[in-house]
Amino acid sequence: MLLQETVMNSTFQLVPLVVLLPLLGILLNWLFGKRLGEKGIGSIASLAAGGSFVISVLLALALLQNHEGARVPLFTWISIGTFDLSWAFRVDTLAVTMMLVVSGVGTLIHIYSIGYMHEDVRHQGDPDRFRRFFIFLNLFIAAMMILVSADNFLVLFVGWEGVGLCSYLLIGFWFEKGEGGLGNAKAAKKAFTVNRIGDFGLLIAIFLIFWNFGTLNFGEVFAMVPAVAEGQPGLLMAITLFMLLGVTGKSAQIPLYVWLPDAMAGPTPVSALIHAATMVTAGVYLMVRSQVMYMAAPAAQEVVAWVGALTALFAGFIALGQFDIKKVLAYSTISQLGFMVAAVGLGAEVAAMFHLTTHAFFKALLFLSAGSVILGMEHGLEAGNHGHSGHHDDPQDMRNMGAIRKKMPVTFVVYLIGALALAGIAPFAGFFSKDEILVAANQGNMAIFIVLVAAAFLTAFYMGRQVLMVFFGDARTDAAKHAKESSLLVTMPLMILALLSVLGGALNLPGMHTLEHWLEETLIITHPAEFIVPIAVGSLVVALVALLLAYLVYGRKPLANAKAADPLAKRLGVIFRWMNQKFMVDELYQAVVIGPYHKLADFFANPVDLGVIDGVVNGLGSLTTSFAGMLRKLQTGFARTYALSIFAGLILILVYILTRI
Amino acid sequence: MPLSYFLGLSAIMFTIGVLGVILRRNALVIFMSLELMFNAANLVFVTYASYYQVLTGQIFVFFIMAVAAAEVAVGLALMVAIFRTKHSIDIDQMSSLKG
Repeated sequence: MLLQETVMNSTFQLVPLVVLLPLLGILLNWLFGKRLGEKGIGSIASLAAGGSFVISVLLALALLQNHEGARVPLFTWISIGTFDLSWAFRVDTLAVTMMLVVSGVGTLIHIYSIGYMHEDVRHQGDPDRFRRFFIFLNLFIAAMMILVSADNFLVLFVGWEGVGLCSYLLIGFWFEKGEGGLGNAKAAKKAFTVNRIGDFGLLIAIFLIFWNFGTLNFGEVFAMVPAVAEGQPGLLMAITLFMLLGVTGKSAQIPLYVWLPDAMAGPTPVSALIHAATMVTAGVYLMVRSQVMYMAAPAAQEVVAWVGALTALFAGFIALGQFDIKKVLAYSTISQLGFMVAAVGLGAEVAAMFHLTTHAFFKALLFLSAGSVILGMEHGLEAGNHGHSGHHDDPQDMRNMGAIRKKMPVTFVVYLIGALALAGIAPFAGFFSKDEILVAANQGNMAIFIVLVAAAFLTAFYMGRQVLMVFFGDARTDAAKHAKESSLLVTMPLMILALLSVLGGALNLPGMHTLEHWLEETLIITHPAEFIVPIAVGSLVVALVALLLAYLVYGRKPLANAKAADPLAKRLGVIFRWMNQKFMVDELYQAVVIGPYHKLADFFANPVDLGVIDGVVNGLGSLTTSFAGMLRKLQTGFARTYALSIFAGLILILVYILTRI
Repeated sequence: MPLSYFLGLSAIMFTIGVLGVILRRNALVIFMSLELMFNAANLVFVTYASYYQVLTGQIFVFFIMAVAAAEVAVGLALMVAIFRTKHSIDIDQMSSLKG
């Protein structure tokens, strides 16, 4: 028994490796990558991420025997007086679940990227950037692992900022490309700036925790929450709401979601890994981790639930009006994150984590398949362009696609699986996880339930629209006609993810609730998951009706050509135009926030800085110059003048001395 | 002879020296005026040395003479150098440090 104990403890001691292995991958690729070639770089990066996954699996196995988990301190980071902060790793079921998702999906995306980036760097015309991509990708895995394995708020914040940095670097990976040569750089800057607004909220929350709790370690803070909540009820409200601001930034919720659609400027594997499966779920993880605080502030929970639900619905509407294959998925991601946030607000943390996991599977799958479609379209573009040059169709515009299923059968099948899982069709993964959230809403708040059902309806509808537009009908451009199936390196991870999207529901199957029992070691389960047949059947019917409706609108009479108007546009008229233009939120922010901010900055830059501050500095300078100009006249250069002044001075001193006596 | 005679002579010599330095432009004349001021000071030294019957003042005069001789050597060398570049020893020509 004792022996077994030590073995298990030594397994827990492995946890720093989940961060160190990706860092090692960076180092190797940095030092030797140039000589290794693409295969070598990709293998090292994938092995580094895969190594993290293996360690995570070992940790999970050790946790199966020792539910308590462990806290593995690495070194003391900050030690001031009684305040002691160490860089410690936390191994518990929640952290390990996140590690498994991040490193598992991350590894598959690394492998996929070897194939995808091989094509992409050539299409964009800079093969040397292959290595940089994998270094950034490994850096992301390392930062994300720091985030999920942190044992205190400050280390978590380090990871939080680290993933934000990687997001910035990877969105702007082709920084010289995009609209007007600046589009991608602008998108990256937007993501960074919007996230800073959110991070400001999280920082304030952390400062408040530090000031009032005197510690930042999760365990100590959460243990003190009930006492503090009794003494200062408003304080927890403030902390949780400021934290929510951070979550709305990182997890793309209203009002800070605007950066995520623009983030699609990054390469597709990045969209899959960072902007769908892992980084954007960091906010959900943070709120689940801080569950105790949210439970102590019911009003904040209410706000969280409403933010999530409204985001889910709002983003669903916008997704309906998009034509860019990745933009649809981006808004869908925002919508699904809304579901998770709403679940946390409803106190159903397990449902949120469940949906987070299944969403990581099928949304990564959808993005990667979309990447495969784009590769095929780009290939078709090059093949079709031999005859007539100058003509260039956007390979991401769904209107330019059609009939892809015949050209890319594997991609079609996996995409269909992903779409059905996202739409919530039984028995795919999304059905079970979304159903749990709906049940929680049904028991908690009827209004939120209705909003979420509407969002689920929209989800199924826009996915149906997308699948029908991309894969069915007739090929509407030459690019679509000449599309070619991607290589096995690309499709293999897709198949694995498709399998996970089919089977993912088994994680928390009604009646067994494996995930719930797994997480209850770490979390407080307030609402045990229930399987309510009418709700399950109802949500299934809603999804099926939405799919049927999508078929009626888009399937029976597919778009005739790439220029044809969307069938929905005729029926909905101005509403569709609004959805297509994203309800003008960007323009609204431009007018209400960014415009005045620029004006203010301009005011400080020109009248204040150039006028007042520079005026004072330059004024002092010119005053000195003119004064010196007067003084220099004394320097005549004639030795006799100097001699005279010496004698005059001498006489003055003598007069002074003589008259003083 | 009363003390004031010596001091008066010294004052007159010193004033002539000062005026010479300030008013004349010829560097050699300025040098001579400087020497005049030195000697005015020397005269005061010896006057008081004799008046108070102490030897210190006398010795000081020797020192001043030695230093003045050295100073003349340096000064004349400078003047030769100046003459070589400017072909003149007019002190007002040396005004390139004018501000």
